[in-house]
Formats: sequence, C-alpha cells, structure tokens
Amino acid sequence: MVKVRAQLAMVMNLDKCLGCHTCSVTCKNVWTSRPGVEYAWFNNVETKPGVGYPRRWEDQERWRGGWELDGDGRLRLKGGGQLEKLARIFANPDLPAIQDYYEPWTYDYGELTSAPRSQVQPTARPRSRLTGEHVTPSWGPNWEDDLAGAPAHAPADPNLRALEEQVRLDYERVFMLYLPRICEHCLNPSCVASCPSGAMYKRAEDGIVLVDQEACRGWRMCVSGCPYKKVYFNWRRGKAEKCTLCYPRLERGDPTVCSETCVGRIRYLGLVLYDADRVEEAASTPDPRDLYDAQLSLFLDPNDPRVAERATADGVPPEWLEYARRSPVWKLAVRWRLALPLHPEYRTLPMVWYVPPLSPVQGAADGDEVFAAIERLRIPVEYLASLFTAGDPEPVLRALRRLAAMRAYMRARTVEGADGEPDPEIEGMYRLLSLAKYRDRFVIPPGRGAEALALAADGCGGGCG
Amino acid sequence: MKALPWIAFPYAALLVFVGGHVWRWRFDRLGWTSRSSQLLEQRWLRIGSPLFHVGVLGALGGHVLGILVPARATRAVGIDDSAYHVLSLAAGGFFGAMALAGIVVLTLRRLLVRRVRRGGGVADVVVDLALLAVVGIGMGETLGWNLLVGEYGYRETVSVWFRQLFTLHPDASLMSGAPWVYQAHALASLTLFALWPFTRLVHVWTAPVGYLARRAHILYREPPASTSPS
Repeated sequence: MVKVRAQLAMVMNLDKCLGCHTCSVTCKNVWTSRPGVEYAWFNNVETKPGVGYPRRWEDQERWRGGWELDGDGRLRLKGGGQLEKLARIFANPDLPAIQDYYEPWTYDYGELTSAPRSQVQPTARPRSRLTGEHVTPSWGPNWEDDLAGAPAHAPADPNLRALEEQVRLDYERVFMLYLPRICEHCLNPSCVASCPSGAMYKRAEDGIVLVDQEACRGWRMCVSGCPYKKVYFNWRRGKAEKCTLCYPRLERGDPTVCSETCVGRIRYLGLVLYDADRVEEAASTPDPRDLYDAQLSLFLDPNDPRVAERATADGVPPEWLEYARRSPVWKLAVRWRLALPLHPEYRTLPMVWYVPPLSPVQGAADGDEVFAAIERLRIPVEYLASLFTAGDPEPVLRALRRLAAMRAYMRARTVEGADGEPDPEIEGMYRLLSLAKYRDRFVIPPGRGAEALALAADGCGGGCG
Repeated sequence: MKALPWIAFPYAALLVFVGGHVWRWRFDRLGWTSRSSQLLEQRWLRIGSPLFHVGVLGALGGHVLGILVPARATRAVGIDDSAYHVLSLAAGGFFGAMALAGIVVLTLRRLLVRRVRRGGGVADVVVDLALLAVVGIGMGETLGWNLLVGEYGYRETVSVWFRQLFTLHPDASLMSGAPWVYQAHALASLTLFALWPFTRLVHVWTAPVGYLARRAHILYREPPASTSPS
C-alpha cells in the first residue's frame, strides 16, 4: 500500500547557467526588498568552488543542519532533539550571525545630485542597512562571483575535502560552475521538524514548505535546522521567512519568478508523484551514498494505471495526473536520471534537482571524442559527486555520458547528415534541454481554487480600490 | 490617598494587561513574536539571554511560593518561618542575581551595540529598562533589605494584599505600611504588567512546551476548503 502525494519540484540545468543573477535580482525585488530581510536572498547564485552564502553553509559539523542517524539507525535532527532544542532556545548556538551572511548596504544616491559644486565628482558612499552608518563592504552574497578572491577563500569550500589530491586553483587547472540555490522544498524537511511552534508545514497538495506567519514566534530553530540555510530570520519583524516557490503564481499556473525570468532558460517546473509513507524509511538509508537511489525509489510512475488509481483515491486531482505524465522534472530526474539532488547526505530528500554541467576536457582530447573523455573533464567528477551524490561518482558519470551522447547523436544527425529512424527518447531530451520551450519547461497545473482564479482575472482578487 | 496606588492602579494595570492581550491576539498575531536579535549580535546575547531567562524562571517559582501560597500553607507542610527565610534568601538570591546579571548585560547590549539599538524599536528599550527596574528593586528586597535592614514579613502584608486583589477585597493599608522597596517593586511590576501586551514579552504565553510532545517529523497541512484543488 502506498500513500500518493504530489510535489511541485524544480530542475536546474547547470550546463546552461551563465551566472547572470537575474533570478536572484527578480526574486529579491518581489520578495525581500523589505526592512529586516535586506540580507536575505531566497534565490542566490554561488560560484563553486567557493564558500557560498552564508559562508561555509555546507559544513554541517559547524551548523548542525539536516538529519543524521542515531546509534540504532533511526533518523534524528542533527541539531538535537526536542528537549535539547528547548534547552537552547534562549541562545541558539547553531544560528549563523549576520556577518556569516553579510552586512547589507545601500548607497547615498542622493549625494550624486545634492552635492555642492566641486572640482571632483560627487560619490555615493556605501551605507549599512543595519546601522545607517557608512561602511566599507568587505563581503556580500556573491563576493566570490566568477572565482573572485578564490585563492584566498575557495580552499575553505567543504566540497574540496572530497578531492583526493589538493586542487590547485592556478590558471591552468582552475575550474568553476554556477550553483543557483532556492529552498529545496524537501520531502523530509528538517526545518519543519525543528520548529518548536509547529508554524512550519508542508502543503499536503503540492509539497511547498511554508512558514505560517501568524504562528511563527521567532524561536529561529528552523534557520539552524535547515542544512541549506534557506530559512531566513527577519530581524525587524522577528519572524522566519523563506522561499515560497512563488505559490501565488503557481496556483494560477505561472512559473516562479526565478524561473520565468531565467535568461538561460535553465529552470524546469513540474509535478512528481511519490509515496509519502516511505519518506522516513528512505531518509533513514544507512549509507549516505545510497540516499540518491532511495529517494528515486519513492517516485511513482504516473503512467502506471495502478498509481493513477491510487493517486485519485489519495486526493490527487485527476487532471493533475496528465500534468505529472508531461512533467519535465519527472523526465529529467526520474526517467532519464540526468538531474541529481543537492547534498542528499543531509537526508532531507531535497526537491530541487540539478543537471550537472559538462565542461571543457582537460588536456588534449581527440577531436570529438568527448564521450570517452568524460573522466577528464575540467570540473572534477569527484567535486560534482560531493555536491550531488554524497560522493558516489557513478550517477554523475552516467548523467554526463548521457548528455555527451545526446550531443554526439544530434551532431551526427544535424552536422554529419546521419539518417535512419530518429530515437524519440534522445530527441525528447534534446527538445527539453536544448530547445527548452516555455511550455515544455513549465508544466504547472493551473487554476487552483476560486480565489486564485479571481486573482488571475483582475490582478487583485476584486480587492482593488 | 492609599486607594490610588494600591487599589485603583493595580486594577487599571491588570485590566490593561488582560484587555491588551485580547486585543493583541485578535488583531496583531503577525507581530506576536520573541523578536530575537540574536542574528544581529551573538556574543553578549549568549551570556545575557540564558542568564536572564533561567534566573527569571527561577524567580517566578519563588514568587509563586512567596506570594500565591499563603504562609500558613507552608507552615502546615512543616516549613517553619526561619527555614522559609533561609530558602527564600538562598534561592531568591541565586536566581535573582542570575536574572539581574542577565538583564544588565542585555540592557547594555541593547543600548551600546549599534546594530541591536537600531534594529529594535522604542518598545524594546522600554522593556529592558522596565525589567531592569523590576529585577533590580526585587534584589533590593531579597538581599538589600533582608541583609542590611532586617527581615520583613512580606508574606503577612504584600502577599495578602496581592491575593486580595483577586478576591476583590484589597486592603490598601497592608501595602501603605510596607517598606518603600517593597512598595517600589510592586509599583514597578504593575507597570510592567500594563506594558506587557504591547511588547515582545507576549512571547512568554506561547512558549513552545507542546514541542516536547510532538511525535510527527513532518507536518502536512491540507488546503483550506475554499482553495482546494478543483
């Protein structure tokens, strides 16, 4: 017996991310351009290798986010159980400080027009958004953009521990990739389990993880409980805030702001069906390297008539099944195994998945023999495996080989004029990844509820003056 | 003139206390929070906050014993007055000192650390100063008056008057005859009660003790009926 639930999930194709930060900026403008969350970026883009935002967020020995197994193999919060959490509620030892993010600042733009006549250009000096005083910024949410300062900072990247030999970040050997990050809307969210007030919850119908703003009391255990550091504390309002997966947009069938505005068209949104009864079992898989497979085993095939029947019985709207069958997330993550979860070893079963990037082959490759040279890509496979598979290189290699094979196939057909019966799977992969049409990227069941439709109709639910 | 500070003011303060909480819960649940400033400053908070909270919880227990429980009840269970006095001096002194040290650290932090001062509002400063006054004067009773002036049997006067407030027959003369530190502590505390619902202190009433009993890891919420998937 299974308990079928639907989850709205995202895939990001890192092979096409150009690191432009448009997603971060549009998200910021919509969601966090308010007092108290100036420092918060529900969406941020990191250059890897690098320490990230907040600094060294991946070091769970320090921040104690996510889950771990106790001596009996049972799942427990890494940050301590219920009693321990309440004992530490007066001062949470695992909470990042504002300096671990950065001190937000703005500029004295008014000076540019109001400065008295002078021999020199007026300047707009930076001013802290916390104290209002002039500051000299020395760290920011993307301070390491394009490896800026990498020789000094990047060796502190926790993922570099996975590499056997010391990675030298010199000019000949250097590598990098962009990693856009939002809330993972996990199947097994540790922030939800950490919230003493029960203010955080997972929406039963689509899996979006939210903070009930009326129930949040500012105990801030969710901030430290989330291993991705994607719950933020609004220091002015005294409440936790986080990525909402733009649910007001999703409910009317529109993609999230970050997805809609992505210049590289790297983002995909769609449904997956999963067995909610086996979530804890999957998250309790003993070997961290098996967590990726365990999570995959939760997903149910929407084309299976028994799954469809069970889903309807469990309250998934019948028309959602068609969306689940067309879901790009289902195809990329489950069917083709091209997209991988971020840090499955945190045991939260994250639901934002990443297609690993192909990169130039290091050293001399024989012409088009990219396929054979996957192991010699400039980005070390071990580094990608540390990000996406708890260190197991095989799933990463499989995904990269498939991407390379797709390229070789399309090159043969379009450049070299190979003919014969086209392979619908590879053509479908090419359509989704390379052409990436809007309607293929975003397969979102629309029109949920009368309120959402009213909002969609006039933009303000009939409440505009 | 005895009626004003010891009858009218207490009832006014308690009325504001109750009414204010009803208003706050109904109309400002969005603002109902501890308003933690730990994100902005950690070093001093890690010292001051646990000291203050643990101290104040201990002091609360002492107040329940010393004010709400009549003296004859403790005598009935075999605690004579000298034993009670030693207990109140030792435990009250210990927890009171913790609370006082904590609130001193927290108040200085709020006034001197720029991020914390600018990050909070007037109410946050007022709360710290009010708590500082209440705890400071309280220690003036427990240690100052007891050790320097002499033992005062507040359980026969202050405590009786406080309990009478709830039976609606308060005898103002019980308070007007009390030493001035006891009067000051009572007035400061009543003022704090009147401020309470309009400040971050409301977080006390939503202390998450229910968390200890929670079994489920994941909390799912079904959609409200009007917006369920159609």
